[in-house]
Amino acid sequence: MFEGTVPLEHYLTLSAVLFVIGIVGVLVRRNVIVVFMSIEIMLNAVNISLIAFDHYLNLSNGQIFSFMVMCVAAAEVSVGLAIIIALHRNKPTVNLDEFNLLKW
Amino acid sequence: MELLIFYPIAGLCVALALGVILNTSPVGSAMCLIGMMLGLAGIFVLQQAHFIAVLQIIIYAGAIMVLFMFVIMLLNLKQTAGTDWVARNNNLFITILTSALALGILYKIVDVTFSADLNSPAELPDTFGTVATVGESLFTDFVLPFEVASLLLLAAMIGAVVLAKPKLD
Repeated sequence: MFEGTVPLEHYLTLSAVLFVIGIVGVLVRRNVIVVFMSIEIMLNAVNISLIAFDHYLNLSNGQIFSFMVMCVAAAEVSVGLAIIIALHRNKPTVNLDEFNLLKW
Repeated sequence: MELLIFYPIAGLCVALALGVILNTSPVGSAMCLIGMMLGLAGIFVLQQAHFIAVLQIIIYAGAIMVLFMFVIMLLNLKQTAGTDWVARNNNLFITILTSALALGILYKIVDVTFSADLNSPAELPDTFGTVATVGESLFTDFVLPFEVASLLLLAAMIGAVVLAKPKLD
């Protein structure tokens, strides 16, 4: 039953499940930090898909792409956390619903 | 045999991802996220992408999560039970619009997935996913994106310093 290699569908399913968990986190949580972490979950889920297709097709393009995703994630986290600190300095809260200055 | 390794790691990753969004304390969420990153590194090793697995541990579980913990400690976040998980008042028109959009995308994805021929995996050489193979491709075909990524990181670094500085003079 547990013989052979892992089929592509398993990796894609894992990727989809993690991505949906990330989306749910972004939509329902109100804590800025947790929303940020959910975004990280989504980026990681995409990496699984990229590498699964890479492994399946014997290419190295997907690995380069996931490398770039990691670069963008690092940049995004550093700028995003700086924004959170700057926001927290103006308004001592991390609840997203209270940041509505730019809301139409 | 690979499946026997895959299922526990995948289950662990999903459980820890749920832990991230269900935890009431941000520190608990961050700990769950670190565990999930390490589990995903295991998944990458299973797919023979060793270089990416090492990067995953160094960049995500190391650098990014340390940054998260640092900010959580810096802001001195308390447990936010009660204020979290609030249902907001919704707009019916936008709800229907986004649902239709999401359903359309989902239909297209399922359509493409089921019409694809997924039964012909390529033969993998021994060098798949090693630093040499990935590096060769990174410095020949993808040298321009590589340079742009370095610019992006520089811009992010400057941006973070400017944003976190209390007063610009």
